[in-house]
Amino acid sequence: MLNKNSLKQPLSHLDWLESEAIHILREVAGQCSNPVLLFSGGKDSLCILRLAEKAFRPGKFPFPLMHIDTGHNYQEVIDFRDQRAAELGERLIVRSVEDSMKRGTVVLKTPDEPRNKHQSVTLLEAIEEFAFDCCIGGARRDEEKARAKERIMSFRDEFGQWDPKNQRPELWNLYNARSHKGENIRAFPISNWTEMDVWQYIERENLQLPSIYFAHNRPIIMRGGAIFPANVPLANGEVINQPKAGEEVINMQVRFRTVGDITCTAPVISDADTVSKIVLETATTTITERGATRLDDQTSDASMEQRKKEGYF
Amino acid sequence: MTQTTHNARNQNDSLLRFMTCGSVDDGKSTLIGRLLFDTKTILADTLTQITKTSKKRGMEAVDLSLLTDGLQAEREQGITIDVAYRYFSTGTRKYIIADAPGHEQYTRNMVTAASTANLAIILIDARKGVLTQTRRHSYLAHLVGIQHILVAVNKMDLMNYNENTYNEICADYLTFANEIGLAQSRSGANKDIRFIPMSALNGDMLVDRLENMPWYKGETLLEMLEKAPAAHTEQNEEFRFPVQFVCRPHASADADLHDFRGFMGRIESGDIAVGDSVTVLPNGYQSKVKAIQIGDAQLLNAQTEQSVTLLLEDEIDTSRGDMIVKTGSKIEPVKQIEAFVCWLSETPMSPARTYIIRHTTRESKAKIGTIAYKVDVNTMQQQATVDLKMNDIARVSFKLAQPLMLDSYTQNRAIGAFIVIDESTNNTVGAGMIV
Repeated sequence: MLNKNSLKQPLSHLDWLESEAIHILREVAGQCSNPVLLFSGGKDSLCILRLAEKAFRPGKFPFPLMHIDTGHNYQEVIDFRDQRAAELGERLIVRSVEDSMKRGTVVLKTPDEPRNKHQSVTLLEAIEEFAFDCCIGGARRDEEKARAKERIMSFRDEFGQWDPKNQRPELWNLYNARSHKGENIRAFPISNWTEMDVWQYIERENLQLPSIYFAHNRPIIMRGGAIFPANVPLANGEVINQPKAGEEVINMQVRFRTVGDITCTAPVISDADTVSKIVLETATTTITERGATRLDDQTSDASMEQRKKEGYF
Repeated sequence: MTQTTHNARNQNDSLLRFMTCGSVDDGKSTLIGRLLFDTKTILADTLTQITKTSKKRGMEAVDLSLLTDGLQAEREQGITIDVAYRYFSTGTRKYIIADAPGHEQYTRNMVTAASTANLAIILIDARKGVLTQTRRHSYLAHLVGIQHILVAVNKMDLMNYNENTYNEICADYLTFANEIGLAQSRSGANKDIRFIPMSALNGDMLVDRLENMPWYKGETLLEMLEKAPAAHTEQNEEFRFPVQFVCRPHASADADLHDFRGFMGRIESGDIAVGDSVTVLPNGYQSKVKAIQIGDAQLLNAQTEQSVTLLLEDEIDTSRGDMIVKTGSKIEPVKQIEAFVCWLSETPMSPARTYIIRHTTRESKAKIGTIAYKVDVNTMQQQATVDLKMNDIARVSFKLAQPLMLDSYTQNRAIGAFIVIDESTNNTVGAGMIV
């Protein structure tokens, strides 16, 4: 048993972040009547699942899981998503951007354009369908400058809009998750985590991840200075990211630092095939997570801010 | 000084939250940019981006203040409108910076940033010395209970790194701090106020000492940050456990769980061990701690800031909003409170209206009793007032519909703090600190 003096030792940074996130999840459960946890099978949402286990077991989660599927996801990630939800014995809802396309609420300009921004439409439709009053997500403030000013409990109006100039003040750890019918709260339990914290937590908790996070051989093409995964098979049998005339397909050892829509998520060259190697690689990298891999954030200085105003996560 | 950003091997490090007070003119953005840059937190692509922007704006050197450049909405208006949070790590510590805009109309943002900080860096421009805004920032940091103040005398390069200039500013600051009682901490001892000369632009005395101020023998900014005490480590605070959520998996397939009743929450202060006698407020039921859990892990004791599940020996009817304390602890439910309130909303506080007070995990309707006075944050003078406008700070009494279990803010920041919510908009409109 610890003695009294040792109790004056502050928590390690991972313990502190974990405790903060558990507290936020429990506040959502305590304050909201119909929350949902957004779960993509990606590393950040896998951390949140572990945090939810620590927050609510031996009880069931006080919310279902939901994935907004763009139809452009890696099959490994989708399989992993389903397997993880089944292991936890929690309900998984999947809503698809392709269904929104069939309904005519999502209209693509070009057939193979990135669908990340279209997720907002499907998400808002799902929020309305289930009358969710809060969506828990894995966004982090270190990801992007529009996120640096986001609240942990972030208010969205009936159109899902984020108004950066009119956010609720958030003081101490007193969160205000109140909303009127039709409005919505987005809750971000790992706001204060960095990419490094996420990997250290995955290592400490020994979390399983989809295989594409680890170094593997993959056909790629170079396009606009970025590495592009080539010839990726989709669940529906289609093959996307096919080389255009003049593009050469080469085999490279790569891994993904972030997992999203295939058409706008690039891998990095890496031989890190274990979590501890990834932790070391993250410690010495010279490129930010989104800078390396998210082609949709590079269209302009404010592309994330714009998407968030329109209801994006 | 070693400058590794992420030290993967050190898992035992702590976390420090601090705030920076000052305006762009004081070099606040440059200071933060410099800290991030010199601790290697800034990665190549971000640097490329700000180098491009610096050139576009016709600057010769890379403008590190662009690292904290905010939202499009802010750039359009050329102002900073909100608190931003930034992160860096030294391998021995993780830091969360709350970066608050410094102008007077942003008192509410200063208070917001201060609410989670354990240390404040107050920037002074060496050419200008102690200004009205220095007083305002110092007063607000003091009001919101920050115990550690680093006064950073910046832009020393523009004063030829002159030692006398620095000494005079330090003396001025101490005189003012003593006058208004800022130098006293909550225990009555001297508050931890430190001074440091620096040039954020050149990087003198932030992460590296450099050679321009050999007369300064004190620590660099980063050395001070590395040694600053983390929250809750300096005071003996009593055990306070607001119940957030009750876990009753009685419908579970596992028959052993049918009687499971776990009280879930975060230990806001103090510590607790299995076997300790506890009282559940406001009802006053007594029991003993049977088990402490985090997920699957069973603990013998737990401390401040840990989120745990408590199991008690007896079946007690307890729900969200109740508070578990050690039996005999001096805390009682009250229905009348006295507090310093900072008004956060553009809609003034109306004494005729009923508001909601959220304190820990508990809420109560509240009516305003009296407003004793408001405080001019620049002069610290008291003034009579009948209502509160945005950014006003006043001493207010409230009558409550439900009892709350409180400590004074100076004794316990977590249990002495509350927010005021406007029920019609659900907005957070006020921040309160129990007197």
